[in-house]
Amino acid sequence: MNKDAMKGREPLAHISKRDEITIWKAWGIRLAAILLSLVVCAGVIFALTRLNPIEVYKAIFGGAVGTSRRAWVTIRDALTLLCIAIGLAPAFRMRFWNTGAEGQVLVGGVVTAAVMIYFGDALPTPVLLLIMLVVSILAGMIWGLIPAVFKAYWNTNETLFTLMLNYVAMQIVTFCIVFWENPAGSNTVGVINSATKGGWMPALGGLTYGWNLLIVLALAYGVYVYLRLSKQGYEVAVVGESESTAKYVGINVKKVIMRTMAISGGICGLAGFLIVSACSHTISTSTAGGRGFTAIIVAWLAKFNTFAMILVSFFLVFMQKGAMQIASQFNLNENASDVITGIILFFILGSEFFIRYKVELRGRRKEA
Amino acid sequence: MEQGNYAIELKNITKRFGKVVANDKVCLAVKKGEILSILGENGSGKTTLMNMLSGIYFPDEGQILVDGNEVTIASPKDSFELGIGMIHQHFKLVDVLTAAENIILGLPGKEILDMPAVTAKIRELIDRYGFELNPNQKIYEMSVSQKQTVEIVKVLYRGASMLILDEPTAVLTPQETEKLFAILRNMRAAGHSIIIITHKLNEVLELSDRVAVLRKGQYIGTVETKDATAESLTEMMVGKKISLDIHRPEPVKPEKRLEISGLSCENIEGIPTLKGVTFTANSGEILGIAGIAGSGQKELLEAVAGLQIITSGTISYYPPEGGQEILSEKTAADIRSLGIRLSFVPEDRLGMGLVGSMDMVDNMMLRGYNEGKGFFADRKTPRKLAEEIVEKLEVATPDVSTPVRSLSGGNVQKVLVGREISSNPTVLMVAYPVRGLDINSSYTIYELLNEQKKKGVAVLCVGEDLDVLLELCDKILVLCGGAITGIVDARTTTKEEIGLLMTRNGKEQGNE
Repeated sequence: MNKDAMKGREPLAHISKRDEITIWKAWGIRLAAILLSLVVCAGVIFALTRLNPIEVYKAIFGGAVGTSRRAWVTIRDALTLLCIAIGLAPAFRMRFWNTGAEGQVLVGGVVTAAVMIYFGDALPTPVLLLIMLVVSILAGMIWGLIPAVFKAYWNTNETLFTLMLNYVAMQIVTFCIVFWENPAGSNTVGVINSATKGGWMPALGGLTYGWNLLIVLALAYGVYVYLRLSKQGYEVAVVGESESTAKYVGINVKKVIMRTMAISGGICGLAGFLIVSACSHTISTSTAGGRGFTAIIVAWLAKFNTFAMILVSFFLVFMQKGAMQIASQFNLNENASDVITGIILFFILGSEFFIRYKVELRGRRKEA
Repeated sequence: MEQGNYAIELKNITKRFGKVVANDKVCLAVKKGEILSILGENGSGKTTLMNMLSGIYFPDEGQILVDGNEVTIASPKDSFELGIGMIHQHFKLVDVLTAAENIILGLPGKEILDMPAVTAKIRELIDRYGFELNPNQKIYEMSVSQKQTVEIVKVLYRGASMLILDEPTAVLTPQETEKLFAILRNMRAAGHSIIIITHKLNEVLELSDRVAVLRKGQYIGTVETKDATAESLTEMMVGKKISLDIHRPEPVKPEKRLEISGLSCENIEGIPTLKGVTFTANSGEILGIAGIAGSGQKELLEAVAGLQIITSGTISYYPPEGGQEILSEKTAADIRSLGIRLSFVPEDRLGMGLVGSMDMVDNMMLRGYNEGKGFFADRKTPRKLAEEIVEKLEVATPDVSTPVRSLSGGNVQKVLVGREISSNPTVLMVAYPVRGLDINSSYTIYELLNEQKKKGVAVLCVGEDLDVLLELCDKILVLCGGAITGIVDARTTTKEEIGLLMTRNGKEQGNE
């Protein structure tokens, strides 16, 4: 081989791992990434649509939080997404890839709807709501436990199993709609108890979605404490990191898998209750509406930290609502906003690389 | 220095990882047709240095010369083209392919593969250097030593004239080591340059022509092997004189602590891993367990710890207070809840004994997190324990909140052993306690084991370095293919006798 040809072929840049970085510097990098992404977005918007990017940004902002009503809808939807993401946190901490939140939300929603339809006008509101709450959690738990039992005893693949259960849940909803059709022949359930509002989540202290806010934020706190400080949360982390270590110290791995998935499914079922009782007041196969999958993104972006999830879910819903606004205002396709969201997420995720590594360019190195 | 005499020359090589300087202006030269040993403690930068030769890392400063010409090695491919071949500690082979297929894997060639020609060329190499290898054997049917042979033939087939071996003898029996050394000597005679990284001083003295010593990333010097002794090399490596004798106190009032009779186990595929194992472990004694890797050592310790499903046989525990408990068919959790203080340092430290991504505090919690009432986990006691261990065993870590994965091998082991002995065990089982540890850390661990022995603990120690087992243990149990081929007195037996027992040849001589 020609050895001289290799001379001076030093790589253009090389990457080395940072050993530590201050919190301020890390957040500085993240902030710079967001600002940079907005600049790039502006360029893309202008190149593709010839619109003033500032106007587009304004429209997004207005669409998401422009009026008090819009702001509350954004908050409501963000809370729902957040609730599902919180539900995923314990399972993901255990490295149990629960892709079945969609189904767990649906079964939680369908039993909530059932209670509303059959007992909506027969029971006092507090009792009714309590029953709805409990059955929705139980339904989600069962839906979460099924794949957990199979994983614990026969080591089935949880990703496929939970994914498939989503379709089973959808079929159950389709089946129920046959009985609950209103008006007949519409193939939809329609708004349940629209006259009596039986089983509708009441306002809390004047806030229409006050209960949602209270329940979901309490859950964010509760799950955070559970995972970080409790013995059970510790077991979840050990099982997730290494099953053989867990067995070595005498942790009952099967029990932990099932318990954790019951919690995960239960919280997702509760999200179904919030959707049906407090938001849509109806049930359909699209009640979960893909949020079970979006929540996976939320959970990962937040690195399973339930407080960081609050920020992430608000950001995603904010952009979603803004998308609808720019679609109607500028006659753009709704996907235009997906492009913007995509660019911003790309920059945020990319910034993590620069937080973990530093890049040294050629030429910085002294000649030996 | 005269040019042209050296196959590889490293000049003032510096490599930093963040603030850590892994290599600080290291100079090193290998002559043509010589075996150079590189000695150094853990974290002294041996592997980093070799990784720069094999193209995995790129040096921050300094020059590399091959055959007197300055070169840039930016990728493993560059390294290859220069004729440098590295044999890593972990083999990089495809299990379902044959030796020959692995050897030519990734090489450019014509559309139609001429396997007979390839095999012929491999056979020619095998004959030239005296390997023992069947090119058509599948990798999964091979022993560790055979796999290593495939790796060596692979780099030779590709035309390497300089070989780097990273701790090649760690996984070999004494007999296999001898064979390897014979081959390396043949290669030296054929003009190849060989760099060998090892911890074992006796091997350095036996095999190499010169020894280069690194300490904490710095180059200390190169000496002619014939002028060196184990003591002088250790001094260069550690920076101070230390005694290389392992202390062996006499057992005090040994009494029966563990009795294992007719123990048999199977793995998931139903293949027996232990066959009718019967022995007794006494308090105040260190029982060594020797054998080729995978002879049932892991299964034996795990069976006692309640982590293996036992097909037949019994494990009885005799507490110091008197009485008897049957441990077979009990799980690890059951054994703990009985209050039996059985400690276990498994072979796979970060995969089983500890959780790598967790910090020391959370790793201390693994034992005993469930003690005490309440929903919340107590992190104060484990934090105190972690701080105690850091201080007592001189664990090098920024603080107790650093993930244990980022500690060096020796420190990881100190954390694990520290935790296991903190519960005042009556039985202590350790598997390969000094694997990958440098001399200083190794002697710390031997001292800890002796301390436990003096306290009246029954110590079971699975080891791979027979010299150490012979000096440290009271008795040595030899396993071969899951069965005991002999239990010998460590004070009177020889390395050769154990080596024979390990390969089943000594079956007839078995038992005490």
